[in-house]
Amino acid sequence: MRRTHAALLLVLLAVSGCGGHRDVTELRFWAMGRESEVLAALLPDFEREHPGLRVRIEQLPWTAAHEKLLTAVAGDATPDLCQLGNTWIPELVALRALEPLDARLAATPAIDRADYFEGIWQTNLIREAAYGVPWYVDTRLLFYRSDLLHEAGFAEPPRSWAEWRQVLAAIAARSHGERFGVLLPLNEFEPLLALALQQPEPLLADGGLRGNFTNPGFERTLDFYVGMFRDHYAPPVGNAQIANVWTEFGKGYFTFYISGPWNIGEFQRRLPPELTGRWMTAPLPGPEGPGASIAGGASLSIFRRSRHQAEAWQLIEYLSRPAVQQRFHQLTGDLPPRRSAWAAPALAQDPFARAFRDQLERARPTPRVPEWEQIVTEMRIVAERVVRGEFTVHEGAVELNARADRILAKRRELAAEGKLL
Amino acid sequence: MTRAQAGLLLAAPALVVIAVFFFLPVLAALALSLTDFDLYALADSGYLRFVGLRNYVQLLGNPLFWQALGNTLYFTVVGVPLSLAVSVGTAVLVHSRLARCRGLFRTALFAPVVTTVVAVAVIWRYLLHTRYGLINYGLGKLGFAPIDWLGDPHFAMPAIILFAVWKNFGYNMVIVLAALQNIPEDLYEAAELDGAGAGQQFLRITLPMLGPTLLFVSIMTVAGYFQLFAEPYVMTLGGPGQSTLSVLYLLYEEGFKWWNLGRASAVAFVLFLMMFAATALQMRLGRQAAA
Amino acid sequence: MRRRPATWLVNGALLVVAALTLFPLFWMFAASLMPAGQSSTYPPPLWPSRPTLANYRELFAHAGIGRQLLNSLVIATSATLLALTFNVAAGYAFAKLDFPGRQRVQQILVGALVIPAQVAMLPLFLMLKSLGLVNTLAGVLVPSLAGVFSIFLVRQAALTVPDELLDAARIDGAGELTIFRRIVLPLLTPILVTLAVFTFLGAWNDFLWPLIVLNDGDRYTLPVALASLSREHVQDSELMMAGSVVTVVPVLALFLALQRYYMQGLTAGAVKG
Repeated sequence: MRRTHAALLLVLLAVSGCGGHRDVTELRFWAMGRESEVLAALLPDFEREHPGLRVRIEQLPWTAAHEKLLTAVAGDATPDLCQLGNTWIPELVALRALEPLDARLAATPAIDRADYFEGIWQTNLIREAAYGVPWYVDTRLLFYRSDLLHEAGFAEPPRSWAEWRQVLAAIAARSHGERFGVLLPLNEFEPLLALALQQPEPLLADGGLRGNFTNPGFERTLDFYVGMFRDHYAPPVGNAQIANVWTEFGKGYFTFYISGPWNIGEFQRRLPPELTGRWMTAPLPGPEGPGASIAGGASLSIFRRSRHQAEAWQLIEYLSRPAVQQRFHQLTGDLPPRRSAWAAPALAQDPFARAFRDQLERARPTPRVPEWEQIVTEMRIVAERVVRGEFTVHEGAVELNARADRILAKRRELAAEGKLL
Repeated sequence: MTRAQAGLLLAAPALVVIAVFFFLPVLAALALSLTDFDLYALADSGYLRFVGLRNYVQLLGNPLFWQALGNTLYFTVVGVPLSLAVSVGTAVLVHSRLARCRGLFRTALFAPVVTTVVAVAVIWRYLLHTRYGLINYGLGKLGFAPIDWLGDPHFAMPAIILFAVWKNFGYNMVIVLAALQNIPEDLYEAAELDGAGAGQQFLRITLPMLGPTLLFVSIMTVAGYFQLFAEPYVMTLGGPGQSTLSVLYLLYEEGFKWWNLGRASAVAFVLFLMMFAATALQMRLGRQAAA
Repeated sequence: MRRRPATWLVNGALLVVAALTLFPLFWMFAASLMPAGQSSTYPPPLWPSRPTLANYRELFAHAGIGRQLLNSLVIATSATLLALTFNVAAGYAFAKLDFPGRQRVQQILVGALVIPAQVAMLPLFLMLKSLGLVNTLAGVLVPSLAGVFSIFLVRQAALTVPDELLDAARIDGAGELTIFRRIVLPLLTPILVTLAVFTFLGAWNDFLWPLIVLNDGDRYTLPVALASLSREHVQDSELMMAGSVVTVVPVLALFLALQRYYMQGLTAGAVKG
């Protein structure tokens, strides 16, 4: 037994003693998806400039990032800084998890607010206080196989929903059910959200206290979206069933794919060389011509509980430098939020980025309520069930509205009591 | 030191731990389920309010809860009998006087039980792949069209059941095997003299003698199957179309994804009541069958 | 002999069932040795064209799975030692040392067996938060410190220790704790091994609780790391299979080495419980 106790003690020591004891400050930085993989290439320069700092990157998969973040906040186990989808900022501010950055912004020459695209900067403000610095901008538009488009008899990508359906019908007629016109992964909400933002009606009513999905505009969008599956233009699958999006795009399994800027880099890196020049990007078609899309993107934020806020800020300053942003763009295809970074030839002359710059002019923000992530998750779930025929389009809209209202119930009560900040 | 003192001294550490880290949280969960503890309350306890039974009422009015309940019952009602049938079948085979290398077979059939759910669920996800999976390849050889196992709402739950049966049957098999070894051999010899065939022997001797054991494993398996979580978490994320969303998955999503701890605690207690009811029902049926 | 066909039938059926049962594990191993992309070809290959250890190198060099292997080892070992310390003493006390309230407490504990652990999970998380134990290995260990099932397992075994033996020691003047250490523990060794194997496997394979408590990749256990990896690398099936091998092989090996004890515990708990 005594030996067991000794062993127990040893193990407990090992468990408790896993922190570092070095002189360098370690910054814990949470990043997601492709960005987290690329960051390692940008950090050596930063660490050379700041010999006392080490950055430890934590890679989160996008599908688990949101819950991991909330769990960390709930458990007081947040990192020093983080890459945040800008739609999550209201939620984390409501949780009082983020540090306001206004004082640091006012003191720094490195980040010039006027140089940033205004719409994107806005998504980081909650009641006029800034809680994040935009890292990259993100909107969703069409990636398409130009060669397959030509084969189907079209020289230009579609600009309106009607044109798009014509193209899809032509592709469907040629492919005999073995290939598809468009891939709209059922496990992503972004394609439907982008199309929904093209309607004039806002997605939430009463200043974000109620759902607003039972209106003609949203139902039109939902019907258009579901129609793509109904008419077999889109396969009813999630990303998990597409073994490999890039391989399948290369094989021509689908012609159109709604996605974001990071895929410029991924496509260039992963598609076989013979596909060079056979794919392109185009703005998202809208109901009556080029339509709106999501004003998305990621910001860099500092957590309130961080004990290394000054150091974390240094890293944000570094990553916001136009030169670093240009390198970041080369590595990922992600689009910089600063105009000066767009001036670089690599970006200004990039044919794939052109559609994005055009699309960014028509980027619309999503409602800024803490419950948004949950509502948009329900949007995806309900839409999937409409696609599978469990609800009609109208029933789906009603169901989604009911779910949104349920999620917003507490917010309405707080507002009624005047306790909503 | 008296015996009583020594008993207290030896039992106390475990009892204190169980009281602090189990009973206390269970009571706290009951209290939590009567509040609207959520994201707002997490940030500031001033937003926390007592809401009585509202969480339970809302839960019962939420179609998603009924769907999760339905999925869980589907998994249990189909999965448990299937698991038990395979367990009994393999146990009888291994127990058979004719079987060679019994120990080896027992170990082989038991192996999936000790493996990590997450790891083997990952394997099955690839085996079940619509186009490149070996299961569809095998079915294709037999002349069946490929099935979109994890992408079709009608097949996702059957796929998870298949997986669960594969993963779990060995456990009950070993227990049943031990019970088979306790059945006196002369019962069979007597039946053989009466001219009963193998099938009749199984029905008239084996099954009745296994009764108490089957009741026990059935209760344990039902309790385990009610706690379905890791399989859909790894294989389907609760999809497609929420067709593999289980009650425990719903609890995880409400609690640890959206941090509606009040509502999640209500789900936890409903799950508890369900498991309690299922256990009581089986004991009752078992007693009736024995009488 | 009339037995011949029946013998063939029984052993044939056993072979088929065993082959089907082991096939997924075999394929995991085979695919883990395939070069990237080979398993996603049609017809699905059963064996790598050219076996390679590249997936394992990738896992250990880039994904840092060595760290998580260590975490799993530390957690499962600590959980085992802690469970032994707490449950063996309590199990013996419940079997042989009549202390005030023993019956009562025992009934309450039996009742607790019906309550699923998930009920306690949410408040337990809030407790760990106030203790500062979220995202620590110690936080993962808390629920496995003591377990009702384990206490009863030990109690069943301890009941078989003859009272005369204990009384004889008492007459010789041995204290109660000395009796526990010198006489009872050696007699209980088989059940201790059983309990150790059970706890180790349970802690190694546990998923939900570590998934909730840990949010730092460096502290993940293997199952949590694997689940996270499988979301990010859906298309890298060979890599995932290597990860599965690393996760599964240690427990399989432990089971094969100590299966006698494992099976004993399993049937003891079932037949008597």
